[in-house]
Amino acid sequence: MSRLSIRGVGRSFAGLHGAPPTLALQPTDLEVADNDFITVLGPSGCGKSTLLRIVAGLDEPSTGQVLLDGAPVRGPGADRGMVFQSYTLFPWLTVRQNICFGLREKGLPDAQQREIAQRFIAEVGLAGFESHFPKQLSGGMQQRVALARALANDPKILLLDEPFGALDHQTRALMQELLLSIWEQHRKTVLFVTHDIDEAIFMGNRCAVFSARPGRIKTDLAIDLPYPRHYTVKTTPRFSELKAQLTEDIRAESIKTVGMEH
Amino acid sequence: MKPLQPVEPGRRIALGVAFFVLFFAGWAFATLGGFVSKTFLADPLTMVRSGWELLTQQGFAHDVGMTMWRVIGGFIAAALLALPLGTAMGAYKAVEAFFEPFVSFARYLPASAFIPLLILWAGIGEAQKLSVIFLGSFFQLVLMIAVSVGNTRRDLVEAAYTLGARDWGIVRRVLIPAAAPQVAETLRLVLGWAWTYVIVAELIGASSGIGHMITDSQALLATDQIIFGILTIGVIGLVSDLGFKRLNRRLFRWASL
Repeated sequence: MSRLSIRGVGRSFAGLHGAPPTLALQPTDLEVADNDFITVLGPSGCGKSTLLRIVAGLDEPSTGQVLLDGAPVRGPGADRGMVFQSYTLFPWLTVRQNICFGLREKGLPDAQQREIAQRFIAEVGLAGFESHFPKQLSGGMQQRVALARALANDPKILLLDEPFGALDHQTRALMQELLLSIWEQHRKTVLFVTHDIDEAIFMGNRCAVFSARPGRIKTDLAIDLPYPRHYTVKTTPRFSELKAQLTEDIRAESIKTVGMEH
Repeated sequence: MKPLQPVEPGRRIALGVAFFVLFFAGWAFATLGGFVSKTFLADPLTMVRSGWELLTQQGFAHDVGMTMWRVIGGFIAAALLALPLGTAMGAYKAVEAFFEPFVSFARYLPASAFIPLLILWAGIGEAQKLSVIFLGSFFQLVLMIAVSVGNTRRDLVEAAYTLGARDWGIVRRVLIPAAAPQVAETLRLVLGWAWTYVIVAELIGASSGIGHMITDSQALLATDQIIFGILTIGVIGLVSDLGFKRLNRRLFRWASL
């Protein structure tokens, strides 16, 4: 059985001042197996983030439904951890308190919260920063805390909405390696939205490519690069092949979005 | 000088003090130099002397104490009610829709215009003075707190939901702490306004307080005492404001990082 089933999920937004409703997402299907690392790739505005928000329960589908372990998703919950593109650490809490947020909500005893937090702080390489406030950290460090915060909750699936989108190129590459090594270790099921082709190939075992707005998943490509992946995989011929194929796919869609067809 | 360029702290204080000095020098020059009649404006030296007399011989300290208690008492009562109501309005849009139009309307009702009515209802005792402060600050507080709470970043709320928070957890662990520094700032601001209401309340039907002393002095044309009263309020306001600012900075260190 699939861990996550997305069945005919579509989303349209009511038009303003009597205008017809806008379609943001065409009815889309996706089956996510346990331990999958699926990257969702698409041009901006194609509806990939909308799909992720619906899976998270932060938005409601106009059609279709999302099943997590066979049970329909109704609203957000701790079983689907999320890391956002914007920095969403609570600025009034320290790094440790941020990571403990969900654990406290679950009512875990303090000692256990601390123990779990410490483990994930170490895992994202932030030992020594436990008592720092988010504003005292760089963007990359903040996203590492956000990742640790989501993982500490032990969700069934991890949803990532362009989490490294605001980071510079070098930091971003390091963050990808960090996330990948964490995934190779824990084998959490991951749904990772991005518009970066290299990122989509480097991390995922499958890549779902979106069509232009109003989007839907038009190709579901298996990324047959072996794990564990080292950053040097980015220079292998197979990587280039996949990249060429996806670039072609995405380019066609981007052209439609921008309206530059000739 | 370049736009928006900061000044170093030492120079900042020096500049701030310099204007006070200039102000008093101008005042002393106008009065002691004989350019303004003593009947209209007392000179600074007379003002200080009669201020000392007020404090040592006429029990002005008691007046100051009374006024402070009225401001603080009325303000605390207003804050205690405004905090939960404002938070509820900021958090729940239906609550806001229910109260907001009335509160927005009530906010423009001048507290001082209620004094005759309040005297009728509550007499000329302390209850009337406290009510004026309450009316003057309550509605302002409610609206400003509601706005602060309602302006909490949506993505923080969403992040909390994905971490398993329920609705009450969102209010308690996200909306309230996120809005707290802004709310503390609102309290500081409105406390300043409360001072203006208390004097008006004391000008009419009071037997003690700074405002009462000022009305008494008016009958005697004692501009020195009036000015001393006004300056006393200014000094108390300045000190409490600085204290409040410092307290806020200490309580919400994260907000000023």
